[in-house]
Amino acid sequence: MDHRAFFFQRLGLTNRDLERYLAAALTAGGDYADLYFEYHTSTSLSLDESLIKSATQGISAGCGVRVISGERTGYAYTDDLSPERILRAARTAALIASGPNKQPVVNLKDPTGGHTLYAIASPSVDAEVAAKVELLQRADRNARSYDSRIVQVRASYADELRRILVVGSDGVIASDSQPLARMSIFCIAKDGQNSARGNSGGGGRVGIEYFQTEKTPDYFAHEAARQAIIQLDARETPAGEMEVVLGPGWPGVLLHEAVGHGLEADFNRKKTSAFAGLVGKRVASEKVTVVDHGTMPSKRGSINVDDEGSPTQHTTLIENGILKGYISDKLSARLMGIANTGNGRRESYEHIPMPRMTNTYMLAGQDDPKDIIKSVKRGLFAVNFGGGQVDITNGKFVFSASEAYLIEDGEITAPVKNATLIGNGPDVLTRVSMVGNDLELDEGVGTCGKDGQSVPVGVGMPTIKVDRLTVGGTG
Amino acid sequence: MPVETQERIELGAGLKEIAVDVVERAMKAGATAADAIARDGNEFSTLVRLGEVETLKESGARALGLRVFVGKRVAATHTSDFSREGVERLVSSAITLAKATSEDPVAGLPDAASLGSLTQNLDLYYDDVYSLSTADRIDYARRAEAAALAVDARITNSDGGSFEAATGYKVLANSLAFVGEYRRSYCSVSAVPIAQADGSAMQRDYWYSASRTLQKLESPEAVGRKAAERTLRRVGARKVATQKVPVVFDPMVARGIIDHVFDAVNGDAIYRHASYLAGKLGEQIAGENITIIDDGTMVGGFGSSPFDGEGVPTRRTVVVERGVLKSYLLNTYTARKLKLQTTGNAARGLTGNPGIGSGNFFLQPGDKSPKEILRDIPNGLYVTEFLGFGVNLVTGDFSRGASGLWIENGELTFPVEEITVAGNLKDMLWNVSAIGNDLEFRSSIAAPTLRIDGMTIAGE
Repeated sequence: MDHRAFFFQRLGLTNRDLERYLAAALTAGGDYADLYFEYHTSTSLSLDESLIKSATQGISAGCGVRVISGERTGYAYTDDLSPERILRAARTAALIASGPNKQPVVNLKDPTGGHTLYAIASPSVDAEVAAKVELLQRADRNARSYDSRIVQVRASYADELRRILVVGSDGVIASDSQPLARMSIFCIAKDGQNSARGNSGGGGRVGIEYFQTEKTPDYFAHEAARQAIIQLDARETPAGEMEVVLGPGWPGVLLHEAVGHGLEADFNRKKTSAFAGLVGKRVASEKVTVVDHGTMPSKRGSINVDDEGSPTQHTTLIENGILKGYISDKLSARLMGIANTGNGRRESYEHIPMPRMTNTYMLAGQDDPKDIIKSVKRGLFAVNFGGGQVDITNGKFVFSASEAYLIEDGEITAPVKNATLIGNGPDVLTRVSMVGNDLELDEGVGTCGKDGQSVPVGVGMPTIKVDRLTVGGTG
Repeated sequence: MPVETQERIELGAGLKEIAVDVVERAMKAGATAADAIARDGNEFSTLVRLGEVETLKESGARALGLRVFVGKRVAATHTSDFSREGVERLVSSAITLAKATSEDPVAGLPDAASLGSLTQNLDLYYDDVYSLSTADRIDYARRAEAAALAVDARITNSDGGSFEAATGYKVLANSLAFVGEYRRSYCSVSAVPIAQADGSAMQRDYWYSASRTLQKLESPEAVGRKAAERTLRRVGARKVATQKVPVVFDPMVARGIIDHVFDAVNGDAIYRHASYLAGKLGEQIAGENITIIDDGTMVGGFGSSPFDGEGVPTRRTVVVERGVLKSYLLNTYTARKLKLQTTGNAARGLTGNPGIGSGNFFLQPGDKSPKEILRDIPNGLYVTEFLGFGVNLVTGDFSRGASGLWIENGELTFPVEEITVAGNLKDMLWNVSAIGNDLEFRSSIAAPTLRIDGMTIAGE
């Protein structure tokens, strides 16, 4: 789809202007330059103590200019979209190169084909604000009615529309309008002296209808309240290495941390990743196949084109245990002589793009999830997680369980307190001995941080069993 | 590399008038109270890797945020569009949105009497951070990395050396006739070397120096050498057995623990009962050796400012005194909820209602040197890095990934990794058995070396 009209009309841009800006960016030589226009609108509403206490709306717009010369990148941006300021940003970014003026061969191609992975909602109107308020109030009522021990409920609804136009000196011109919506619910349960929390939420590149028909506030409220109540009875989590079963869906954050970041091409180009040089080698058990899939309709991590204008793809990272390749952007693809997988993403016009994940998940296997639990003598069954983190150089990663249970003699028994799990990326997946037939994607809440830039992502996994993983409890 | 620096318009030029004007427009459009924030900033950063410039970034940006009250309803809007249409839309959207929110009896601007701005010079702005030519800035980054690479042959790779400079201007205006403004500057130099020895995994660590003025920045060479030492000591790290031993946290990680205490005394978490310290004011929550202070008035501090995000002067607040919880950290809203007074800790981002931010938040140092603290420990763990964020403030449960060095007979021995350190903040603050004399502010939250007993290390 072509979303150029928005920028062309709003800013009075023409192809000639774009060529002029690119020419300014290449005044000191440089191998490649691109312009990134962004117009971002966002709204959010939040409820606390059964009151809508906060409502916000914002607009952020600007243009970033990047110039690449060899391995060097120059970058400048402006939030003033007048031609003089864009030209000034272009000349600033140009300073990275130090050669003679290069007259770019620019003949901007019209975009052809491409994905249409999400519908664009019409801009927010007052009626929609009222409907969002109703969603939050419904969530509040539902969570409170779940159990009288639910004493606090916070709920928020946030949505945004990000319009982008990317123009490269390689002739690429691409545009997209990316909607994103998310509902989040947080509950606190109290029982005598004990307190506990529960979190839930979801969304994607969807409009408000999604929360009215598919995944309702009732669903998320029930889930958050359920977790909080269960945690009231949580016992000490055991400490040390044990068998760990990870439930389907959001526990896929394991893949994101353990292998996903380590497979981003920039780290491998610089040989700073524990996965550098492992393509073609075994990094997981043969039951494990992991993909990064940017073209799933309406998913939080999906985009029609990446932030360099390349169409997103379905990329196999690990196939039957063998490392197949990396996720890349234009710079790493060129310098490493590998294919560009369309993973060049950035947080906003203020940021330099780099290889980032989209939706990363493990394909379903053959095992029945019930059999997986039955096979464990003494271990942990973790079904919900908070965030995670990885040191891509030594490969160590963590992810923190927010809902987990003991498994004793093949049975799920008591809930346990929140605890961090820690492992080593390049070998944790070699210890995956069972893979369930129940692949699920997460609900659409993931935000990934790298070098100070946040982008929305998805994760997913079937139920899996890891034969040995360190559980950071106190018991 | 050309050395020219682009001309810049004076930081914050015209923004004071714009902020005042936006508040007036909001009042004319039907607001019963309003405040506006305008920000302007410049940033420069460069990364040099293996001696070559990898990135060079230079830019500036402005933004405008408005909060309006219509009776007891509130809404907030923000924009980067300073055109007349942009500002008009900012105002009209805010008024429209406010009608969608609930009446909240506690909502409102601070009492007029509590508004004000500190008059003493806090030394927050030095234009020398922007005085260097592009070539000199690159040289800072290059020198930091080169110093790291030169330390030892086992430093085989690098994530680079970097230099950053930034200046920011902020003005806040409200319908109670408060107008305050300040500028702040920042510069930093850092290095991230990677080490590897035969047969062991690569290891990476970092070091940095940051200051509001170039004059106080540590030399790039010192930063690079320290980064290399921190990286080299990790080479050959291994797991240890699951056990309970004394744990010593170096100041960079002790700071993380004190940061959790900040989150636990945050007024928002307190009135919502989302903190294990809710309802504990006046109670002994830690050992008598623990005194924690928040001070927004420290000269040159990374957390200092003449007024908070609502126009209330910053101050020094004793949060924990000899183990007794003396004060939460509050803004106007949370203070009214708790029937207390604001502590001048409102944090106002561009958008939304003000939250709670720290001034300079720190644990008072003790009198032992880090060496003396280690000397008493026959067998224990010295933590130099946390991985992940596993803390539950509702319960106080603490479980984080860690790496560091093993302590044997009072000395640091082999490096350790792929373990977790777990306990509960409630107990941890009682079980601090030694506090170092090495408090140093490298950011707005700081702590000296800490020894905590009774924690569980999970490993093999």
